Amino acid sequence: MSIDTVEREDAEAVLPAPAMLEVKDLVVRYGRGRKAASVPAAVDGVSFTIRPGETVGLVGESGSGKSTIGKAILGLQKVSGGSISFQGSDITHAGSSQRQELGGELRAVFQDPNSSLNPRKTIGVSLAEPLRVRGIPAAEARTRAGDMLERVGLPREAVDRYPSQFSGGQRQRISVARALICEPKLVVCDEAVSALDLSTQAQVLNLLADLRDERGLSYLFIAHDISVVQFLAQRVVVLYRGQVMETGPAAAVTENPKHPFTQALVAASPVPRPAEQAERRRLRESLGVRTAAAVAASAGGCPFSQRCPLATDLCTTERPALRTVGQSDVACHYA
Amino acid sequence: MIPSIAPTATPRKTALAKFSGHRLLTSPGGLAGAVWLAALVVASLTAPLWLPYKTEDQDFTAVLSGPSAAHWLGADELGRDLLSRIFASAAGTLGTSLITVIVGVALGTILAMTAAGAGDRAEGIISRVTEIMMSLPGTVIILAVIGAVGTNIPLIMAILGVLISAGIYRVMLGQAKSLQSQLYVDAAKVDGVGPLGISLRHVLPGLTNTVVVQSALIFAVGMLIQAGLAFIGFGPPIPQPSWGGMIQGASQHVYDAPWLMVPTGAVLALTVLSANAIGNALGKSPNATASHLPSAAIRRKRTADAAAAVAAAPAVENLPAAGQLSVRGLSVGVDGGTPLVTDVTFDVAPGTVLGLVGESGCGKTMTALSLLGLLPSGVSVADGQILWNGRNLASATEKDLEGIRGRDVALISQEPMRALDPMFTVGYQLTAAIRRLGKAGKAEARAEALSLLEKVGIVDARRILKSYPHQISGGMAQRVAIALALSGKPRLLVADEPTTALDVTVQAEILSLLRSLVKDTGMSVVMVTHDLGVVADICDNVAVMYAGQVVESGRTASILDNPRHPYTLALLAADPHANTAHDMPDRLATIKGQVPQPKDWPAGCRFAARCQFAGSACTTPVPLLPSGSEDGEVRCVKADELAVEGLAWLATEIPTHRVLEIVEKDMA
Repeated sequence: MSIDTVEREDAEAVLPAPAMLEVKDLVVRYGRGRKAASVPAAVDGVSFTIRPGETVGLVGESGSGKSTIGKAILGLQKVSGGSISFQGSDITHAGSSQRQELGGELRAVFQDPNSSLNPRKTIGVSLAEPLRVRGIPAAEARTRAGDMLERVGLPREAVDRYPSQFSGGQRQRISVARALICEPKLVVCDEAVSALDLSTQAQVLNLLADLRDERGLSYLFIAHDISVVQFLAQRVVVLYRGQVMETGPAAAVTENPKHPFTQALVAASPVPRPAEQAERRRLRESLGVRTAAAVAASAGGCPFSQRCPLATDLCTTERPALRTVGQSDVACHYA
Repeated sequence: MIPSIAPTATPRKTALAKFSGHRLLTSPGGLAGAVWLAALVVASLTAPLWLPYKTEDQDFTAVLSGPSAAHWLGADELGRDLLSRIFASAAGTLGTSLITVIVGVALGTILAMTAAGAGDRAEGIISRVTEIMMSLPGTVIILAVIGAVGTNIPLIMAILGVLISAGIYRVMLGQAKSLQSQLYVDAAKVDGVGPLGISLRHVLPGLTNTVVVQSALIFAVGMLIQAGLAFIGFGPPIPQPSWGGMIQGASQHVYDAPWLMVPTGAVLALTVLSANAIGNALGKSPNATASHLPSAAIRRKRTADAAAAVAAAPAVENLPAAGQLSVRGLSVGVDGGTPLVTDVTFDVAPGTVLGLVGESGCGKTMTALSLLGLLPSGVSVADGQILWNGRNLASATEKDLEGIRGRDVALISQEPMRALDPMFTVGYQLTAAIRRLGKAGKAEARAEALSLLEKVGIVDARRILKSYPHQISGGMAQRVAIALALSGKPRLLVADEPTTALDVTVQAEILSLLRSLVKDTGMSVVMVTHDLGVVADICDNVAVMYAGQVVESGRTASILDNPRHPYTLALLAADPHANTAHDMPDRLATIKGQVPQPKDWPAGCRFAARCQFAGSACTTPVPLLPSGSEDGEVRCVKADELAVEGLAWLATEIPTHRVLEIVEKDMA
């Protein structure tokens, strides 16, 4: 998939820096043997690139494979096909020793602030773990844990407390601190703010944006909420049933979606302005997107064809390839 | 930043010390058991210092005698002192039982952690091996070992440990697997922590509780088996004392010297009981998970109490019209303690939707549940009225409420799957509800169920009727839950975050469905949500709640387009949905700190501590006053000033005192 569109018209575009992360034709199947062959792949030929300092949003509904892609990148999910390379080196099947080398540069923030910290360990121990794995002495690790806590807006003394003594938003800040403590290059944020209330969600989103600007981080920001993604991401990849439907600059995808599924997704995301929301609702109803069917689409066709108002026979038999439409790449025969 | 934490330094305790010590000491059985075992071990280890006789000393004048001054517990058939023999052999018995415990529990735990960490294939192999181990006849193996190497008690007990480890593995495996699937284990893997490190650092600490409990139980089993072996003659070589051997000796004199059995039997029984009591005490879960909703019996008792209390209050005047819900000065609190919701007042006219909106911990769900009399145990309506169809639901008895719930007032909740029983088909549950509420016949109820499912937009209703809840998607399940709620033809629907767990495309469909149902049936809806977009989509009126109070209420359009309360302003400014890609700010507005705990609510404005506009006037209680726009109300002393000044909630976190200066300068 060609991502290098005219979004950044600076020297980088002429002499592109090596990609921070490159995912190519990624396929993930669950199960083994005959079972794996009988069910559709959870991730089916997904490709995208993240450049240094760039944030890419991965959006889709539940079951679209967005979290599975994040897990595959982090080495938490076995890859069935395709490749993942990080700063030019192939990490598709990296073992725990190779992971240990990258671990510092490739980090993660997970969704559930309640279970992403070990309840039996103090915050200090949890924060120091990634440093200790790299052989940094305990005293130094503890100092750095304290520094990092202050950076995310928590008191240094928090190192001696347990996760249960913090609110959900505070725990998510601690998770961010844990991800950033060893100066990473890329952070995978898997639904990192979905479990938070509005005001705490805004705090964590601001923190992520500030840290990115401060340290030149790249993010893979996985979320089901396209508005949250659009706050952080420069580019968005829209997934449906494991396949990329549309990808392009965040503004283009969210304001001028080309794929019928992206259009449905954007129109269904409610805005807190009653008059505008009524307009959106009319638009959504006029799109005529059908309710998700229980049966999966035929393997050969477009995965969205059963719900798509534009679908024809061609859509059920031939899977559309990604092609450039305006600023975005769209997988639709009729976009 | 963290008000919930006491300023005192947290003592650094290990997880083990924290859970075992406390639970053991607070349970009388566990305490007694621990004291007995400790006394036995001490007595036995110091035996040479204090025992009156050597174990082989014979006193032929006391053969088979009962307790006496010379022999406190009597003497056996060879005139040996029982007290001396029991305590001298205790250390050996306990020590060798410990071998079984160590071997069995260690091996079982290691196998479980390996199986949980190494993937499906390794788990399959280990499970098959342990199944074979469990199917082997243990007694036969032990007797065979004795035949081959003689009565080497430590070796026999170690082999027994190996056999028992298969059972321990079974107990531990599920727990180890659930610990392996925790996100913090994923986080550690991302750090590059190897499988061994993960097992030791993240899985093992979570298993300690089970390890300790199982150890205590296996210890008891080991002692019994060891005594059993000695009883059938496979104990320590003959002159050496052992509990099993002594019981065997006593059993030959059951008729001529029955006392002989008592001391040894009692000590063995007490020791086994002690081990079990310790296991029970440690295994007892400190707080068994209670159900979210109270049992009917609790509700009955509670409503009786409430009815008595509210009956004393003056009679209701100006009853609202039929189909109108009027909540007046509602307060909900922990029984005899902290208030959770205070002085909530709102009206819902027939055919309209009211949104209760706010962050978690603001009391919106409590308010909604009180409309159905479904408050959790220990929480009840403390004051106020819930007027519905000419009656006050706040003082209704449980029997009255049972007649109203499901018929007049229905509930749909956030987790549609929880509303459906996984053991029955959708059709069975739906027809059962229709027959119970409408007293219809079987065929009639089935037809009604079909039409209800069609009404909630399910196309292949016949197939769904035959499906079990796990066979349908979340969106479909919420439609079924709505159909179930509609089966009693309710006039008021309480919807607690009905679309929060759903995808946005499904959420939009469910909201459209609810809108058309309201239009067709004229029912009213009270919708609890944290999503301002959902409010904009479906609610006619909205009440914004903060820390148990309504801080602003009125027409949805006027509240969202022209918010008057700083909290509403802040929520809108923090919501990324309020912006499009082109006007997305670099930073979202935030509210510093967090929603205060009910016990920390100040007497004045509850939002003041987090408010950019707070001043000295905010320390006194603030009433809900007309906001001036339509029939809106707002609970803020500065609302008028803010409206005149046209101040917006600032995106950057400016310290309160700075903002105050700005505001006060503007006023001057």
